[in-house]
Parts: sequence; structure tokens; C-alpha cells
Amino acid sequence: MTVMEQRGAYRPTPPPAWQPRTDPAPLLPDALPHRVLGTRAADRADPDLLRRLYAELVRGRRYNAQATALTKQGRLAVYPSSTGQEACEVAAALVLEERDWLFPSYRDTLAAVARGLDPVQALTLLRGDRHTGYDPHEHRIAPLCTPLATQLPHAVGLAHAARLKGDDVVALALVGDGGTSEGDFHEALNFAAVWQAPVVFLVQNNGFAISVPLAKQTAAPSLAHKAVGYGMPGRLVDGNDAAAVHEVLGEAIARARAGLGPTLVEAVTYRMEAHTNADDDKRYREDAEVEAWRAHDPIALLERELTERGLLDEDGMRAVREDAEAMAADLRERMNQDPVLDPMDLFAHVYARPTTHLLEQEAQLRAELDAEARHHDDDADAQSHEPEGTTR
Amino acid sequence: MTTVAVKPATMAQALGRALRDAMTDDPTVHVMGEDVGALGGVFRVTDGLAKEFGEDRVTDTPLAEAGILGTAVGMAMYGLRPVVEMQFDAFAYPAFEQLISHVAKMRNRTRGAMPLPLTVRVPYGGGIGGVEHHSDSSEAYYMATPGLHVVTPATVADAYGLLREAIASDDPVVFLEPKRLYWSKDSWNPDEPQAVEPIGRAVVRRPGRSATLITYGPSVPVCLEAADAARAEGWDLEVVDLRSLVPFDDETVAASVRRTGRAVVVHESGGYGGPGGEIAARVTERCFHHLEAPVLRVAGFDIPYPPPMLERHHLPGVDRILDAVARLQWEAQS
Repeated sequence: MTVMEQRGAYRPTPPPAWQPRTDPAPLLPDALPHRVLGTRAADRADPDLLRRLYAELVRGRRYNAQATALTKQGRLAVYPSSTGQEACEVAAALVLEERDWLFPSYRDTLAAVARGLDPVQALTLLRGDRHTGYDPHEHRIAPLCTPLATQLPHAVGLAHAARLKGDDVVALALVGDGGTSEGDFHEALNFAAVWQAPVVFLVQNNGFAISVPLAKQTAAPSLAHKAVGYGMPGRLVDGNDAAAVHEVLGEAIARARAGLGPTLVEAVTYRMEAHTNADDDKRYREDAEVEAWRAHDPIALLERELTERGLLDEDGMRAVREDAEAMAADLRERMNQDPVLDPMDLFAHVYARPTTHLLEQEAQLRAELDAEARHHDDDADAQSHEPEGTTR
Repeated sequence: MTTVAVKPATMAQALGRALRDAMTDDPTVHVMGEDVGALGGVFRVTDGLAKEFGEDRVTDTPLAEAGILGTAVGMAMYGLRPVVEMQFDAFAYPAFEQLISHVAKMRNRTRGAMPLPLTVRVPYGGGIGGVEHHSDSSEAYYMATPGLHVVTPATVADAYGLLREAIASDDPVVFLEPKRLYWSKDSWNPDEPQAVEPIGRAVVRRPGRSATLITYGPSVPVCLEAADAARAEGWDLEVVDLRSLVPFDDETVAASVRRTGRAVVVHESGGYGGPGGEIAARVTERCFHHLEAPVLRVAGFDIPYPPPMLERHHLPGVDRILDAVARLQWEAQS
């Protein structure tokens, strides 16, 4: 039986490995976001996982702070911070197996770093020296995607191709609440469901698309509800509860791996900082709103759980903070070095087989650079022959 | 040596055969699009492929062009070689963002780590009485996008040879199929397809001494007809079939114009901002001292594609081409 024959059409009864539902609309999300921390569900959580999540959250926040600082020092052209959303970023990275693929948007450098990508390589796009600073195949992280939601059909296609080849690979695609209004979001979800592709969509609903609040973006009861129309389950999760995001994503990935198709997960979170360093969030939201979310901080939530249950003591937390500081110091030091650029790179990767007119333009740039170098040499010669005692 | 019976074949059959042979030779080649399965495509180019290769490799997709091309990008990322069919020129526009921001740029964005060897087949052009949105010549958009190759056949043999090469290419290729030539026939042996010039080489379809008609795709037969008619006027016209707009074969085109000293560019696409402007500039830059007259363009009018009952007034025809040839300042010669 071929892969395309296996796929199930929309079934009114839930597939076997899926939690049975008794209500008449089995794909609908829960009314309230799923939570683990501070609930009885936390007792079942793996202490090692909680400690790992905590360490990555602390590192992640430090990474965001360091990257934002680098914009102020002129070392980054722009940085869209994920401060406040670290639980989503970190859980997305840790929940995947090495063979799986991550499809990040431009706000998801942290997820890429938490998956193992070198922090400097993750930032070349935003520094402005290389569109993608890494080989996507190395950590199976697609290029950070700037055009909204356009990475989602890529995730579907890759997951579908892996399934056709018989490989056990799941793709996890990240998108924001604004991205759910894009046509590519809908087309990706529809293709994924029709093909029953092993892909999971994580919407980080951080409340804003730059300045536009969710209420102006959608009239749906929740973004997770959108799943129902495509015939896949929608899950709603507290996006600041790292354990809950990890659990819900884990279930969705297991479902995809079992051949039961895609899931849409909406993580409700909040963007604590402006859209980027170039944005002014005072123009569209009140401080009080931001402050209210501070009480539901992802790091504080997990720290409380770990402390109350005695899973991490003060020494352990200090070690985590020191590790984060070391990462930040290393990042700072390496980002303070100017990248070495070769202008001839402009032509290096346009085509496998360059066109003749591109070869002509390449030769033109080469000639310009050679002329520049000769002028530079002449100037240097002139200076070195200046008589002694002359002042400039 | 036995002689193989060479039967007439249509361009649509040759394209289908190219897909079939590519799929047979390379298991990573997948065909996807709207109605390409059981129906065999609205132009029947994919006829029989689903039956032969199964639904996993010949896939009827949901009706959404951005989704089709976007998922093909993901499949190519994973090592497959998708051949996407856009049903009609004007229906390919929803896929523009995927084409321009990802297909054309992925190799460059990833510094060669993630090439996308995919082919986008687009039936294009008018002349078949198609109603609104079925007759656009969209090549100018594609050729203005760095990172894409843009190829268009005008003969049955080229349809096969160029499509095979496009599918095998590691660069993304927009393969423009002149839909009014789908049913054009030529003697062609599918079991021993003749070798054709590679992508990037233009071909002189008809040698001549008086002037060069530079053209491609659906306008090639029109130009050949014009060249025949021109004999009565005493003009011996050369016809150059570009075959690919990107890469552009400056060498063949310039050599022809240097021989003839006069040139007319002919295409269905609108003239303003169309391929003809670029081609005329390239010819002038290379052949200025050989030119007896400015390079002229015979193009579609700069109007939205007209209703089919009026399209013959819009499309470049023999008379309009001969009028342009007449304006090539022949009086200066005497």
C-alpha cells in the first residue's frame, strides 16, 4: 500500500492512539490552555526534563538579553526578541529527536540555538553578513524564515518526502499569531492534513503582530480552533509553562510519528519586549499589561516548581546562571569581532551553472576590486615615501 | 542497421514522454499539481503517469498553487526532484512568493548547502481561444528574478530534450510550455529522441541574410511563416529561436545580427517592460556598429489579455512582423 493510499480521510471517530473524546467535535481544543506546572500533572513530569528545560530557559533569556545588547552596540542590525516566549522556544528544541527537522521563523533564533546551533551562526542573518549562517542539514534546522508563514509548506513537503522515503522524521514548524492570517498558513495546514504528513505546527500566540493585537487578526474562538476546519486536532497550551508545551508537542509529535497526521498547537504566551529594537511598543500597549504578564513568567513558574519539590537547590541554580553567563560572554566576544567578508561571494551561489551575463558581472566586480586594491597599494606607497618629519 | 519508423508526435506527447523517462531514470523525480493524476492534466501532458508510477510519485494536490510549490520546496529540501505543474499561466501567480522568495533564492540563502532542483512547468501564452486568465505571457516576471532559469521550447524535439535537461538541472527551472503548440506535430521518434542543443543555447531555425527575427516559444512558428512570406518582398529573413530566456545566448543572437545588420524581436508578452526591451538592449550593446537600423520589437499590446474573440488583433502575426521588417530603414542602403 502506498503512502497516499494509507492516509485517512477526516474520520468522525478518533484514531486509535489518540485520546478518545466524547464530545461531538473530537478535534476541538480544550477550552482552557493545558498546564502542567503548579498542577497535579507536574508530579508525573520527569525531574531531569524539568531541570534541562530550566537550564535552557535561563540560557535563553540571557541569550535574548545579550542579542538585544548587541543591537545597541551596532553589532546586530536588528533583533526580534523572544523574551517571555522562551518556554515555547526551548520546548520546541528539546522535544525533537536529532533526525527531526525544525522550521523556524525570524523570531526563533533561540529555538535554533537550543537545538544545538552555534549562537553566532544563528545571528548572521540579523548581523547582516550571511542570510543563513549555517548548513541546514547539519542540525536539521531550515533557514530562519522572514516572509511570514512561508516556511510552513516547506515543513509539510519535507515531512511528506521523508514519509515517502520511509524515514522516521517529523517536522516541527514555528509560526506566530500574525502568521496565521497568511494564505500559506492555511495551505500548509490543508496539505498536511490531506497528505497526513508527519508535521506539527506550533503557533506562538504572543498577542501581537508587531503592533496589531490578536483581536484585529482573527475572529476565531482560538487559533487552535483553526485546526478543526482542516481535519486535524487543535491543542491549546499555556505557552509560558515549559513542561506543558513540551508535553503537548511531545504528544503531537508521537502522533505524527505513528502516521496519524498533523496537529496544530497554539501556545498562549506574551512578547515581553517590543517587536524588535527598532519598534516602540509604548505606542500600542500599556505598561500594566506587560507587568501583568511578568507574574506569569516562564522562568519563575518553573523555578517555583523545582524549588518547591526540591529538584534544584540554590547551588544548582547558580551553576545554571553561571553557564548562561559564560555563553553570553562567549557570544559577546565573538560578535565583537568583525566578520570577514569576500565581495566575490555575491556571485558564488546564485546558480549551480552561472549564466554568461552573471559571469560578466562577476568579472566586472573582480576588476573593480583589483583597481581598488591597486589604489590602496599606491596610497600606502605614497605614505611610506613621505619625507620624515612631515605631519599629516 | 534497421530504420526506425518515425511517426508524427505532438509536443504534449513529447513532454509526457520526457516526464516518464525522467521518472524511470531517477526515482527521486515526482510529478505534482492539479489534475495531473487520473485525468493526466488538463492538457494531458501527464497522461498515464499516475497509472505507471502510482499516486506517491504522481500526486493530485489540493487546489492551491502556493501550497503546491511550497510543499515542493520542502520535498526538494529532502532530496526529491519535484516537477510541479501549474495549470495555467495566470493561475501560477499565487505561487509567486514561494517562487521568488524561496525557489529562486534558497541556494543563495544557504550558500550552496540547500539547492532546490525543481522544475515548474507553466503552460503559457494565447492563441487557443482561452477565456480570461488563461492566456497570459508571464515570462518577464520570471526572467527578472535572479536564481531561476527560464526555458521555453518551440519544437517537439526541444520539448523533450529541454524538459529532460530542466528536470536533471540542479538549478530551479521555470519551464514555459507554449500551449498553442501542445498539439503541433513533428516527426519524432520517442524511443530514440534526437539530441538537442542544451539549455542556454539559441538555435537558428531558418538561416537568412536580410534581417534577424529573434523570438521564442509560441512566436517561433509565426516568425517562420513570416520569413516564408517575406521572400515575396525580397527579404531573406533569419529566425533565431532563443529556447531559454535565462540563460540568454548573447553569442548566437549577436552573431546572427552581425551577419544580417537588422533585427526584430517578436514575442506575445507586452512590449513595455517585456523581454524585447532587454534583448534589444543586449543586441545594441554588442552589435552597434553592425546595425543598419534600430532593433524593433513586435510584441503583444500593453493591455490586459483581451477576450478570445479579439485575441488575433493582439497577438503578433505575420503582417505585423512584416510591417516591422519594412521599417528597418532599407532606404538607407540605396
